[in-house]
Amino acid sequence: MTSSVDQQTKRRTEQEQDFKHSLARFARKNALQLGIISVFLLLWLLFIVGAPRVFLAPEIYAAFMSSIPFFGIMALPLTLVIIAREIDLSFGSIMAVGMTAFVLVFELLADGQEGSALVGGALVALAAALVVGFLVGLINGIIVVKIGIPSLITTIGTQFFWRGVVLVITSGQGFSLINTRGTAFREVLVGRIGGYLPIQMVWMVLIGIAMWILLNRHRFGAHVYLVGDNENSARLMGVNVDRTRMLVFGLIGVAAAFAGVLASMEVNYFWPATLGEGHLMRTLAAVFLGGTSVFGGTGTIVGTFLACFIVGTIEAGTVSIGLTGYFTQLIFGLIIVVSVAMHTLLRKRLG
Amino acid sequence: MNYRLELRKISKSFGEVQSLRDIDFQVGQNEVVGLLGDNGAGKSTLIKIVTGYHQPDRGEILFNGKRVEHLTVTKARQLGVETVYQERALADQQTLWRNIFMGRELSHRFGFLDLKTMKSETNRLMLESMGFTSAAVNPESIIKTFSGGEKQGVAIVRALHFRADLIILDEPTMGLSLQETRKLLEFVRDIKGAGKSAIFIDHNVFHVHSVADRVVVLDRGTVAGEFQTKDITLDDLMEKMYRVAQTGSLE
Ligand SMILES: Nc1ncnc2c1ncn2[C@@H]1O[C@H](COP(=O)(O)OP(=O)(O)OP(=O)(O)O)[C@@H](O)[C@H]1O
Ligand SMILES: [Mg+2]
Repeated sequence: MTSSVDQQTKRRTEQEQDFKHSLARFARKNALQLGIISVFLLLWLLFIVGAPRVFLAPEIYAAFMSSIPFFGIMALPLTLVIIAREIDLSFGSIMAVGMTAFVLVFELLADGQEGSALVGGALVALAAALVVGFLVGLINGIIVVKIGIPSLITTIGTQFFWRGVVLVITSGQGFSLINTRGTAFREVLVGRIGGYLPIQMVWMVLIGIAMWILLNRHRFGAHVYLVGDNENSARLMGVNVDRTRMLVFGLIGVAAAFAGVLASMEVNYFWPATLGEGHLMRTLAAVFLGGTSVFGGTGTIVGTFLACFIVGTIEAGTVSIGLTGYFTQLIFGLIIVVSVAMHTLLRKRLG
Repeated sequence: MNYRLELRKISKSFGEVQSLRDIDFQVGQNEVVGLLGDNGAGKSTLIKIVTGYHQPDRGEILFNGKRVEHLTVTKARQLGVETVYQERALADQQTLWRNIFMGRELSHRFGFLDLKTMKSETNRLMLESMGFTSAAVNPESIIKTFSGGEKQGVAIVRALHFRADLIILDEPTMGLSLQETRKLLEFVRDIKGAGKSAIFIDHNVFHVHSVADRVVVLDRGTVAGEFQTKDITLDDLMEKMYRVAQTGSLE
């Protein structure tokens, strides 16, 4: 009798220990995400205290959800690029290249039309933008892989080159998209659900889910991790290193083109000289703040996704609590350096 | 019967360095071939040509008598070659299961990973073959913190898992304890017992002599000679290795 009671208590303590163990394991495994979430909550609290009128009103959240996706949609695939131990600095220009393709096709097929008549042409224009974005990204990849120029240098070069191409083709002239107003095409890309929720946020969530699946549940993602971790091992074991690398550049290319279309549709105008400007800073900040290592091999989509919101909050917050817009650059620069430095130090300590 | 593997007149240079010159080399069906040679003799280069990692400058590669053009690592693995590389070929920041299935991830249709099978298979291998008894190690463990011998165990078990029938081991005993070395040699004998073939590289002549059917000696990129192990005593083999190192010739 006593022994069975003993056994029961023993089993119970074992269960409790198991629970504690798995809790500790969960905390360890997700330390990074938990850390990011805490930073986020802390900042949020800070801004609520600092600017309660702004941060307790629903409008600010609608504003977040409309503006965060424009760089978030690029930060998600950029995470894969950086896990693969590469970098892309040219996606801001790729946004404009994609949009140039969009405008050229749109002018040809749908210009001067109104309402539902232009939807078909606009869809073809969107497809053109995505294909061009993919190809331009792929060209980055080909230069990096086949010629062997480090991606940092390659994409500094192509960033200027493609912006130049855009300016030459458009002669620097903007293009109005005002006649897409009220069309289903516009509603699906940058409409408001229930008059409040910006639909581009839904696109960002969908792209986040797609990237998560690609990275964690698909061979391609497995290879991205391996290539970034140890290129030579990956090659020795038969991973197609070159193809994996080229494709991550293609991926960020498509995403940039899509983000370019969304950002232009939002303001009903394509600005060839400035579309994509400023996104480099936000996007890189989000990826590094999200815990992706510059040294390749580690990083998560969830981390980047959460960090996008931190970046968006900081940008809105600095202005609302009374600092000038000049502070945002300073803060983002600091975020990039500090998060990369923390990673480097951690890496040294863990050996 | 055809050789399991045959190399004909294989040459390979890296820039100025000619690592291999007109190599003829064979591995028979169900034969364990020991590959001996000084540091830099070209042993690793030779096996990396077989695994499809290096492309030879000249020469032919035949698997089971069939000539294979443009061999890649993937193609070689499909042809039944698995390898424990000298450099181990692991990814330090990744989990155990990702390392085991590196480059040959099990997947469903459209390339979606079969995580369940990969993890349970890793668990089985850990318990049955790797001798990991520590509760702290599981398929989700990052291998960075494993000891040198444990990492090697991962590379060795990986080569086992895919049921290859030509297994290449490049200095597999390096850094292993006496106990683990004995297990490894036993494992090479099992390869033979199971009717498969192997290439076994080791600087320890005693190890090579005790598991190989035939020994091939490389010297500065050429085949200096070969012996059936049953025709040569350990002492004679060691004697010859010294002579090759000094004079470049077996006689
Ligand atoms: N990737 C490479 N690039 C340039 N030279 C190389 C490369 N790989 C091998 N070599 C050269 O080829 C020669 C043979 O090297 P290899 O690694 O095949 O020797 P080994 O017989 O395996 O030696 P060890 O017993 O030290 O492992 C050496 O001179 C080496 O410097
Ligand atoms: Mg070697």
